[in-house]
Amino acid sequence: MVQINTTIGTLRLKNPTMLASGVMDEDAGSMQRMIHSGAGAIVTKSIGLSPRDGYANPTIVELEHGLLNAMGLPNPGIDLYGEELHHLRASTVPIIGSIYAADAAEFVTLAQKMHQFGVHALELNVSCPHAKHYGLEVGCDAALLSEIIQSIKQQVPLPVFVKVSPNLMNLIEIVQAVQTAHADAIVAINTVKAMKINLETATPVLANKTGGYSGKAIKPIGVRCVYDIATHTHLPIIGVGGITTGEDAIEYLMAGASAVQIGSAVYYRGPEVFRFICDEIKHWMHHHGYTKLSEVIRAACR
Amino acid sequence: MPLNQPIITTIRTRRQEAADVTTISFRYPGEMKPGQFFMVWIPGVDEIPMSVSAIAPTIKAITFRTIGDATQALSELQPGDQLGIRGPYGNGFTITGKRLLFVGGGTGIAMLAPAVEQARKKNRKVTVLLGVTTKNQLFFEKRLQRTGATVLVSTDDGSYGFKGFASDLAKELLKKETFDAVYTCGPEPMMHALLKFSYNIPFQASLERYMKCAIGICGQCCVGKGVRVCVDGPIFDGKALKKIQDFGVYRRDAAGRKTFF
Repeated sequence: MVQINTTIGTLRLKNPTMLASGVMDEDAGSMQRMIHSGAGAIVTKSIGLSPRDGYANPTIVELEHGLLNAMGLPNPGIDLYGEELHHLRASTVPIIGSIYAADAAEFVTLAQKMHQFGVHALELNVSCPHAKHYGLEVGCDAALLSEIIQSIKQQVPLPVFVKVSPNLMNLIEIVQAVQTAHADAIVAINTVKAMKINLETATPVLANKTGGYSGKAIKPIGVRCVYDIATHTHLPIIGVGGITTGEDAIEYLMAGASAVQIGSAVYYRGPEVFRFICDEIKHWMHHHGYTKLSEVIRAACR
Repeated sequence: MPLNQPIITTIRTRRQEAADVTTISFRYPGEMKPGQFFMVWIPGVDEIPMSVSAIAPTIKAITFRTIGDATQALSELQPGDQLGIRGPYGNGFTITGKRLLFVGGGTGIAMLAPAVEQARKKNRKVTVLLGVTTKNQLFFEKRLQRTGATVLVSTDDGSYGFKGFASDLAKELLKKETFDAVYTCGPEPMMHALLKFSYNIPFQASLERYMKCAIGICGQCCVGKGVRVCVDGPIFDGKALKKIQDFGVYRRDAAGRKTFF
């Protein structure tokens, strides 16, 4: 019998497939559907202090090997989002509150509210590649990031996961700073900054011009980042980027991830993708003589 | 399947249907069902969902009221101008039964028209109720009459036809006549009332929500328990609608905040 339960620090997951932030997670009903579809944990939409509409459409365009999006961090603001989280209080799987802000004080306020709303961990979005003053603009500054993590850890009793960007030139410096600041896990990777131009009109398709690329095309980039992080830190890692099948997930686990997040594959394979991937992981492990996920995790990090 | 990215096409015709209601047709070959929709891209302005209002093998049309920046820009396009189209998206209507009632409110009339035409081609007995605020907002009356359907009009101010809401007119009609199915598109409170008046008659309504991706991933248009209007809808039957607690109560804005009807 193959076991696929896993842990991220103190957090226990019945399976390693988590819903990635930004997909089907703006309201309670959507997240409930993803839980029913078999997700082992849910990461919320990235939530800020006040409501934000996001960018004008087009906010998404499908490319040959992935999806390009610039939603622009749309969210109802932390106070209204509390109503959505209230409906998830009886959730059978961990809920991870994703938050974005420009400085430590704002992050602490958001973290405290997420804690009040009953989330089980926090994910810091310091890697969105297309939001002015937020996301990657915060996540590329090791000193600022350390201050944010330390401030939250001092004031909020929740595990802190830090989602990093593949666009960083100083990825290892950043993850080492994250580790020194006592974060609990690293989530790698966010989308890759990219652009699509429509030839007939000679204009970028996305209203924001640039966006974040996700899906199959970025999987090798994510696997490389996870492997680099795993060989330079001892923090648990959550792998994300182009995971569509069980074998994609296995690859990330072997590279050093303890769990994975699924985003674009909700489009490619439908909301039932969590169950599909879990079944495929079990099937692969069974046929390759693995019985526990811990035997797969970091298998390639030698 | 082609990639979900806009295909640039050219406007064929433009027609003023009523005071601020416009139809534009464009080349877009392919089959589609009444009730399905496109994402319509006006470069530099916006991309918005629009139900199809006329279906021919190589030409499709959309009909809209000018209510914001995007529809304003669309209404200013002339034959020969370009716009981007992706889709068709959504499930579309399923025409069942022999005696059918269609109830359109406001611009909801536009997307019901191809469904009425399809039902008449299949020789179904069709009654259409068109509800508008006032006479100069009415459109498609003649087009629908030409199909052989019985067409009745209601105006809120009584300037033409029955004085009152289309749902009130439907309520009277449902008492007098027997229908096998009810199809509707219009303001959600109207459709919500109509569902109540229709009791157990098979019912299909087209929902409208703020959309971003239209491919079932972003979650913007979700109602009820993660039901995606763009992929799982936009047409829902009575049974599904009764499970959607949002129906007739609220919709969400671009930030995901509830806006109550």
